[in-house]
Amino acid sequence: MKRLSVLRPKTLLKVLAILVPLLLGGYGFAAASAEQSAAVSGNVAAAPAVEAVHGTEAAPEEEKAGDVIMHHILNNRVFAFPPFGSVELPEIKVGGFDISITKHVVMLWVVSGILLVVFSIVGGKYKKMTARQAPTGIVNAMESLVEFIRTDVAKANIGAGYEKYLTYLLTVFFFILLCNLMGLVPYGATATGNINVTLTLATFTFFLTQIAALKAHGIKGYLAHLTGGTHPALWIIMIPIEFIGLFTKPVALTIRLFANMTAGHIVILSLIFISFILKSYIVAVVMSVPFSIFIYLLELFVAFLQAFIFTMLSALFIGLASAHEGHDEHEAGVASH
Amino acid sequence: MLTSGVILLAGSLLSPEPGLIFWTAITFVIVMLILKKLAWGPIITALQEREKGIQSSIDRAHQAKDESEAILRKNRELLSKADAESDRIIREGKEYAEKLRADITDKAHSEAQKMIATAKDEIEQEKRRALDVLRNEVADLAVRGAEKIIKTALDADMQKKIVNSMIEDFSTKRN
Repeated sequence: MKRLSVLRPKTLLKVLAILVPLLLGGYGFAAASAEQSAAVSGNVAAAPAVEAVHGTEAAPEEEKAGDVIMHHILNNRVFAFPPFGSVELPEIKVGGFDISITKHVVMLWVVSGILLVVFSIVGGKYKKMTARQAPTGIVNAMESLVEFIRTDVAKANIGAGYEKYLTYLLTVFFFILLCNLMGLVPYGATATGNINVTLTLATFTFFLTQIAALKAHGIKGYLAHLTGGTHPALWIIMIPIEFIGLFTKPVALTIRLFANMTAGHIVILSLIFISFILKSYIVAVVMSVPFSIFIYLLELFVAFLQAFIFTMLSALFIGLASAHEGHDEHEAGVASH
Repeated sequence: MLTSGVILLAGSLLSPEPGLIFWTAITFVIVMLILKKLAWGPIITALQEREKGIQSSIDRAHQAKDESEAILRKNRELLSKADAESDRIIREGKEYAEKLRADITDKAHSEAQKMIATAKDEIEQEKRRALDVLRNEVADLAVRGAEKIIKTALDADMQKKIVNSMIEDFSTKRN
């Protein structure tokens, strides 16, 4: 791409004049040889997909594409490194529960490892640093993010006493961010594209929110909140509504992160598979590659955005739960709707 | 189109995996605890310290600014006071000098007047004396002349009386 853009338009036209007939002629050629198409798609960075094309050549194309995409998105116990082979992950069962090490568990551990290494370096630098020294390099980069979460997310949404929740918010931000980014690395998988992971993280937020509410209002206030501050005659309606309302927030967090991460990957893979389904180099060059690059860049942005949103909303929920006037505002908001 | 259908129908996207939930929870909690110890603690402490440092620097700068402004104000006051003082001194000096000059001039004037007056008196006296002398001299001369002329016919006293009355007449006429 870069080399082509450097060339002058005239030269580019000449190259196109040579390439286009070749691509057109290559239609039948591509269909005939699966090897060839696999080699081309290898450049497109859909490595597992290529593997699948190899394996199930005879099956109908559409079904195969769906299977491959699902295979890529979903969790399994095989960590594949095509074309070098794959690693079978161990199956562990404790007391009837299946706690096998799966692909996404490995990704979580990779993310944890990176986080621990990076932040032990950064933390070590801070221990040595005096207040008068300016941070440099990676310390500076991490500091800007940490400072952003601290002031613009935690302090802005929670207010007084935000320090207690800072540990959770910072960890969840960097954890999700790195999980999202790891999904964009070759051979990587998006652990946050699995609803079980996002559900677990959202559950942490849920518990923190409830603890914050209990701390701020006490058990009496907490239970009073469940009644919605209405007449006792309405409690039979209000209590179930407020009770369900407690769970909608974490469920929204769960679905938002999971769906965003999954959707991006499905879109990228679908764009790549269009060229396989249509068996055309032209589609690959004109559509699949440029569009998947575009979606990839979009995904890069979404990775940061979703990590931020998850953290932001967690802080917001904690802030709402612990705010003393939060209940009245919430009620007023509901009434105005 | 069929692809999306397959994905939707697969259902395994939403399938629960207790193992993964378990590992996520364990991993996350451990990472959070380690990071709290390793990174967040020192980083947040350092950030807060720096914030405090910056705040105190700003406070100190403000304080210094206030102080310097106060000093400047004081200086200005002193300067204006000194200005007024010097103005007053100059004015007083001028007034005194004016008075002195007027006094001296008056004195000199009166002195001169006095001197002129005495000089005039003296001149008058001298003139009178000179006139007397001159009168006597003239009378003597005239008497002597007349004596010489009319020595024989008239005696001296008679002549003198006549001449004197004549001179008296002259002097009253002239004056």
